[in-house]
Amino acid sequence: MYSKEHIKYLKKIKIDKIIILSIQVFLIILFIGLWQILANYNLINTFVTSSPIRVLKTTINLYQTNNLFQHIFTTIYETVISFSLATLIGIIIATILWWNKFISRVLDPYLIILNSIPKVALGPIIIIWIGAKTSSIIVMALLISVIVTIINVLNGFNKTDSSKIRLMKSLGATKFQTFFKLVLPSSFNNIISALKINVSMSLIGVITGEFLVSKKGIGYLIMYGSQVFNLDLVITGIVILAIVSAIMYYIVYYIEIKLIKND
Amino acid sequence: MNKILNIENLKKIYHTKQGEILAIDNFSFNLYEGEFVSIVGPSGCGKSTILSILCGLEDISEGTIRFNNNSTIGYMLQQDSLFNWRTIMENCLLGLEIKNELTKENKQYVLNLLNTYGLGDFINNYPSSLSGGMRQRAALIRTLATKPDILLLDEPFSALDYQTRLAVSDDVYNIIKKEGKSVIMVTHDISEAISMADRIIVLTSRPGTVKSIHNIELSNKSTPIENRKAKEFAYYYDLIWKEIDYHV
Repeated sequence: MYSKEHIKYLKKIKIDKIIILSIQVFLIILFIGLWQILANYNLINTFVTSSPIRVLKTTINLYQTNNLFQHIFTTIYETVISFSLATLIGIIIATILWWNKFISRVLDPYLIILNSIPKVALGPIIIIWIGAKTSSIIVMALLISVIVTIINVLNGFNKTDSSKIRLMKSLGATKFQTFFKLVLPSSFNNIISALKINVSMSLIGVITGEFLVSKKGIGYLIMYGSQVFNLDLVITGIVILAIVSAIMYYIVYYIEIKLIKND
Repeated sequence: MNKILNIENLKKIYHTKQGEILAIDNFSFNLYEGEFVSIVGPSGCGKSTILSILCGLEDISEGTIRFNNNSTIGYMLQQDSLFNWRTIMENCLLGLEIKNELTKENKQYVLNLLNTYGLGDFINNYPSSLSGGMRQRAALIRTLATKPDILLLDEPFSALDYQTRLAVSDDVYNIIKKEGKSVIMVTHDISEAISMADRIIVLTSRPGTVKSIHNIELSNKSTPIENRKAKEFAYYYDLIWKEIDYHV
């Protein structure tokens, strides 16, 4: 049984949570409502700003005629593929660079340049080399997310507690044993956080890729809409993208909470 | 008594971009079986380096190190360095795992150590749920698991607060004596050295070399905490304190 003071304290936490949630809900309703009212009274030009009802109609229309879910799943599919590849390749390369300090020192400036160059600039080359197809989009997304993965994971590897490394050495551990028994498990939390960044990076890459070359996907919807000056379609695409990216973020966020053990 | 370790004219030079540093020069000493030797000296005198060299973490520049009767070593650091993703049992088995000696007998040996020294109820716990003293005891059992003949203790209690430190040093001392190990302990704490060691080696400031060796003879020698009450304690403290060159 808690003391009165503690019950009061718990109640305050709960009330604060409810207040914050209601303000959040209120703000979004206010935004959508205002948008619609301004549109209804012709205070804004719905040809360029669209309106909530038009977005809804466009969504329903897309669903009935143009396979709304095909576009969504195309984007998700491309993101998942490039995310998985970037994670796998990133961890493997980070491992090699941890293993061999010499290679790591040689490649360091190249990694920095690759990381700082805006990968969109490579888009045209990728399309010419690979062709205007899905694999171009995946390569684009891969390029954007893999470098960040390498840098973050390698940082985690290199931050392994030096006294634990000494311990392993004093026990006569091989480099292989040190890596699998100490470095990899101790970077676990770090790798999971790298994955979280990776999901949004991959999505950025996929949308950029779809802008450049595609016949399907949310990026395609937005690009196509802007080309035919159908702003309803553009804004609908953005709204769908916002929802999809939020869902993907929360999925990874919950996986992170489940997997990360607190010290 | 049998000589278990023999070091002669050890020299260690560190190389940096700025130049070379003579860390240890002309360091010689013998360790006898069952003996507890403590090395004290001003900070930076290379006392920890000697332990790193003995367990093969660093090369020597000159001199010889001989382990007699194939004696093996176990190294215990200031931090307990327990892996928080392994249970206490798994942590204690680490050395055996690395040496590929994970036999049924060895596992039983570790389990017995854990039971004997009061960690039997915690074998499936993770380190985070143990107190600082218990963690240090687990670290000692991890070191004992590979059955080393010589234990190298590098400031093993420095990370603990003073009260815990006294209790844990008593605890560790008793375990080591019971298991009959030879010990070299590096410490900056003179009273800790006097209360635990049979012999104390005082090092000079860098380059570290043997300044003097004291046989610690206390009346009613027993556990470290009790030893602090011996009437000779203050005498040794004063003697050694004056020999160490402290630069304030």
